[in-house]
Amino acid sequence: MNRRLLSLLLILLAGGAAYLLFPYNLAFLTRILIMIVLVLSLDLILGLAGIATLGQAAMYGAGAYAAGLFAIHVWADPVAGLLAGAVAGALLAAVSGAVLMRTQGLTLIMLTIAVAQICAEIANRARGVTGGADGLRGIRPGKVLGLWEFDFIGITGYWYAFAVMFLVFLALAVIARSPFGLSLRGIHESPERMVAIGVSIYRRRLAAYTMGGAIAGIAGALSAQITQLVSLESFSFTLSAEALIMLILGGTGRLYGAILGTVIFMAVHHVAAANDPFNWLFVIGALVLVVVFFLPRGLVALPASLKRLAKGGRHAGS
Amino acid sequence: MQGLEVRGLSKRFGGLVVSEDIDFDLPPGARKALIGPNGAGKSTFANLVTGILAPTGGSIRFDGQDIAALDEAERVKHGIAKTFQITTLFSGLTVRENLRLPVLERLGQGGRLFRRADSDPKIEAEVEALLAQFDLLALADRPVVDLAYGQQRLVEMALTLALKPRVLILDEPAAGVPSSETHLIIEAIERLPEDLAVLVIEHDMDLVFRVARSIVVLVQGRILTEGMPEEIARNAQVRELYLGGAHG
Repeated sequence: MNRRLLSLLLILLAGGAAYLLFPYNLAFLTRILIMIVLVLSLDLILGLAGIATLGQAAMYGAGAYAAGLFAIHVWADPVAGLLAGAVAGALLAAVSGAVLMRTQGLTLIMLTIAVAQICAEIANRARGVTGGADGLRGIRPGKVLGLWEFDFIGITGYWYAFAVMFLVFLALAVIARSPFGLSLRGIHESPERMVAIGVSIYRRRLAAYTMGGAIAGIAGALSAQITQLVSLESFSFTLSAEALIMLILGGTGRLYGAILGTVIFMAVHHVAAANDPFNWLFVIGALVLVVVFFLPRGLVALPASLKRLAKGGRHAGS
Repeated sequence: MQGLEVRGLSKRFGGLVVSEDIDFDLPPGARKALIGPNGAGKSTFANLVTGILAPTGGSIRFDGQDIAALDEAERVKHGIAKTFQITTLFSGLTVRENLRLPVLERLGQGGRLFRRADSDPKIEAEVEALLAQFDLLALADRPVVDLAYGQQRLVEMALTLALKPRVLILDEPAAGVPSSETHLIIEAIERLPEDLAVLVIEHDMDLVFRVARSIVVLVQGRILTEGMPEEIARNAQVRELYLGGAHG
């Protein structure tokens, strides 16, 4: 219990420290926070429930467009916009998941990719509503909770995104330890056995997928409100794939892994791309290789692995 | 009638008949064993009763109610449970978590979101009792994957018993267990609740003769004979077909 509180405190401190240390990079830090929310959603469905997906961007994009359109046509309140994004993400996940959750493995992965592609194509065609390839413009979110206006430097945006990320993290931490979370781990470990103890794994997986969709939708909504623009890129395969890499880098099934992986991926990307705009992918590739080979459980397992190594144990991380 | 009542059960895969016209009763408190040579259809029979396979013909009744149309998960809720021949546990979870899961699901708590999985004292007490019953207390917080195979088989039985079944089918409970650990399995079976109907499918004849009060012999999908252990041991046809003189 104390250790958990300490970890939460550490996240708060890291958020404050990043703000103080990089006051001129708030836009970049905010992008990291939004990405963490997306990767957390992936950790729920992939890390916890073992649902393989390469299409999490579908729900992210749905949330982004929903929040953008909501702000333009209905109400500029950011929190209401987040809710709209969450509902859109959850709806898309529930509808597509009703079919997808009956499949597994490669079929499932292909279908998740297909859903995101279909969404991108719909957004592309519906120019009148979404702005098509030009993107959705003219999003002017109101004050956060009626108090804080979005400013040019991005101070409000940063703390707003940080608060949302922290709340999502807390909610997932509660869910992960709940009976529902335990049952998702059970489905991940042995679906046959879960059926044998009388569980409809289809319904559990669908529930998890829908929750993950809502959180991805929140991430998309955050992005729409803070960048005040939604582009077709929100649905891109690259986004889904990068989120997956970040999660694997940090470690699946552990929420801290989602944070760690995202921060490291995006920081390395940022620095490497600035130094060598043509070969930065090489650095990311090498990093992923090292982690997958030596730390199959991700970077969160690094301390335990080092401890074992120091004790003269066997293969680190295994 | 109380308990399980199977009449004229058959199963064909295309032209291949794997179960044919099986009549079988398992009243509360029964300790029956199902034996037979490899390919006799023992596991198929168990899968038909638990709903993993759909029969081609015949009826399965439980406490007088026709359950043939129910799927596996629904039959579990009716109280028919089976252990797996090959251990199928939540290997990354601890022993305690492995037992907590079925208890939560049985009580309909498995979908709850906003409370901790280990916060219900009644459920925890039940988990502790199961751990004690199967001598697993010392291993409770170890991941199952770290346990010796014989201990994993005990977890397998405990997990199934956590569903509070009224019919328990043990599909080769001692398969793969070194003979030095078989006694653990036998003792665990002997400690099962009195009123539970137990069917053991097993190759290990020591185990069968230790725990069974009645033995059913299955050959090529048909019941060859049923009787007390002494009768089966004396039955010339059975000895020739199956025991191969090992007990003679």
